[in-house]
Amino acid sequence: MKIHEHQAKEIFKSFGIIVPEGKVAGHAAEAYNAAVAFGGGRVVVKAQIHAGGRGKAGGVKVVENPDEASMAAQEIIGASFVTAQTGPDGKICRKVLVEKAVAIKKELYFGILFDRSSRGPVFMASAEGGMEIEELAVSNPEAIIKVPLDPATGFSPYVSRKLAFGLDMEGGTAKHFMKFVANAYRVFDEVNCTLLEVNPLVITQEDGIVALDAKMTFDDNALSFRPDLLAWRDYHEEEPLEILADRYGVDYVKMDGGIGCMVNGAGLAMATMDIILKCGSRPANFLDIKGGANVKNVIRAFTLLMRDDNVKVVLINIFGGIVKCDMVAEGILEAMKHVKVDAPVIARLSGTNAQEARKILDEADFPFITADNLLEAAQKAVSAERGLSQ
Amino acid sequence: MSILINQNTKVVVQGITGKEGAFHTRQCVAYGSNIVAGVTPNKGGSTLDGIPVFNTVGEAVNKTGADVSLIFVPPLFAGDAILESAEAGVPLIVAITEGIPVKSMSKVLAVLKSRGTRLIGPNCPGIITPGKAKVGIMPGHIHKPGVVGVISRSGTLTYEAVWQLTELGIGQSTCLGIGGDPLIGTNFVDALELFAADDETEAVVMIGEIGGTAEEEAAHYIANNFKKPVVSFIAGLSAPPGKRMGHAGAIISGGQGGARAKLDALAAAGAHVVEDPSAIGVKMQEILGG
Repeated sequence: MKIHEHQAKEIFKSFGIIVPEGKVAGHAAEAYNAAVAFGGGRVVVKAQIHAGGRGKAGGVKVVENPDEASMAAQEIIGASFVTAQTGPDGKICRKVLVEKAVAIKKELYFGILFDRSSRGPVFMASAEGGMEIEELAVSNPEAIIKVPLDPATGFSPYVSRKLAFGLDMEGGTAKHFMKFVANAYRVFDEVNCTLLEVNPLVITQEDGIVALDAKMTFDDNALSFRPDLLAWRDYHEEEPLEILADRYGVDYVKMDGGIGCMVNGAGLAMATMDIILKCGSRPANFLDIKGGANVKNVIRAFTLLMRDDNVKVVLINIFGGIVKCDMVAEGILEAMKHVKVDAPVIARLSGTNAQEARKILDEADFPFITADNLLEAAQKAVSAERGLSQ
Repeated sequence: MSILINQNTKVVVQGITGKEGAFHTRQCVAYGSNIVAGVTPNKGGSTLDGIPVFNTVGEAVNKTGADVSLIFVPPLFAGDAILESAEAGVPLIVAITEGIPVKSMSKVLAVLKSRGTRLIGPNCPGIITPGKAKVGIMPGHIHKPGVVGVISRSGTLTYEAVWQLTELGIGQSTCLGIGGDPLIGTNFVDALELFAADDETEAVVMIGEIGGTAEEEAAHYIANNFKKPVVSFIAGLSAPPGKRMGHAGAIISGGQGGARAKLDALAAAGAHVVEDPSAIGVKMQEILGG
């Protein structure tokens, strides 16, 4: 789960991290009032969407007075922003964060993430703030200081010292920064983040440390420890079919193609999408129906696929293991009594009793197009899709 | 020979009286695995199909000499269950549970490392040495004893590959699902080391997916240390960045974890890379035949 910048900053504040004075505005007049409340001088108006790269896309504007703040908010709210992280359709902005501008001496990058190789949290900091860390990692990896934390011992102050002195800080700045690092780790640990990023973290003209940005990703598997965070889930930021799939308890990701996929198992679901791409078309979705492909899950899968207007053809790829293929085929026929399927269905069941399953589907009233292997199934799905568009 | 488990393996099942635990325990027994004990707190003294149930893993190990633990405990308690087995001295732990928080796994893995305990998973189908023992949830009957080792981050995609091998008459030495989570106990390199030392294994099928750099690390190991042929498939060429593809670990993020880079690294390391998952079995047949 992701949250908005203004929400992450609320969490920061409650853990003693300094953030700029700010107010959320849902329309231009609110933005105007916020700018007046901050003294009428320079403010920053920031689009609140769940994606990085907002600045480049025009979602962050520095303005000099309340009138300009109002105009900036007018432009940003309701607009759609396309960034490297949003996909081609972009994300529509519903609210802005109006913040009092901070006098910046230097911009830094700071992040904590769970690292697979060291199997624990890794702290990252760089004097090259504001830049995308991915780009920096390629162009100048030496500019990023990395300090892994031993999960068995937990946080220890040497981590902050290593980062502060690695960034050539001294005096009051170093002291403020070390306090920030310790607080940031407390946030990371207590709200169960997989990623916490502040880019930029700034040194102010007064040598203070202020988090100008705040990005957090929570570990979905740990949300039950922090049910309070669920209140901040913004359904506007999510694909409606993905929300429905979440309620169904199946794993679904909307894609942009026309071949709807129904598969059991995440790896096999990805492989199915890959082979559709290889055969010259595009999948409409990733869908892992989980478990033994029972009737309930197949009904839910068909419901999801039929609600997606992009789906022209359905490709079912199920491996029958403990639940054998003929049982899965019977389950598919049963499910189709409960949900109207008005698209060609290509079915490929593999594993035990696959031939019996194929016979059941071939003899069914519904005109299934059956296939023996995945490549053949994908080819048949692609040609069925092309046949429809002619 | 085989790796990790064989006909002498004695298994204790943690969470044996739960729905999943009981179902898969019976499946393992039917396959011929030696399930010697179960553990469910507060159900000590009872039995499941004659298998004694204990309150603690320590007691189960003392009474039965179990040397492998199979875990079906729900995600929020699974980390604790793994630690209990490690503390009881069980050298090999197989965690099937999906959805264990990363923070919990991170602490557990640090403890296991200091004790030298091996963990397979979590979020994995387990291990099978065909014809000898099954410690997991995979359908046993699709396997056949033989000379090909299988290592995979996924479940059904592994079954798919195994089934292709079996249908072509190619058997397997041991099949190992290492798990779909970002933090796992045994990675590809660890598994390859085991297969390198196993005389019976002549070749290996390695099935990876997007996310992390474990496949790249495996490629490095294969190039420098692994002499047996490897057939490899990587799922997720079509996956967009930033989207989690089912498995918690299957996500392309921060410019890392894409399928193309993994395929290229493996091909450069001398692995036989296939981009069509239907062709895994046939590719292996070609290699073993030649």
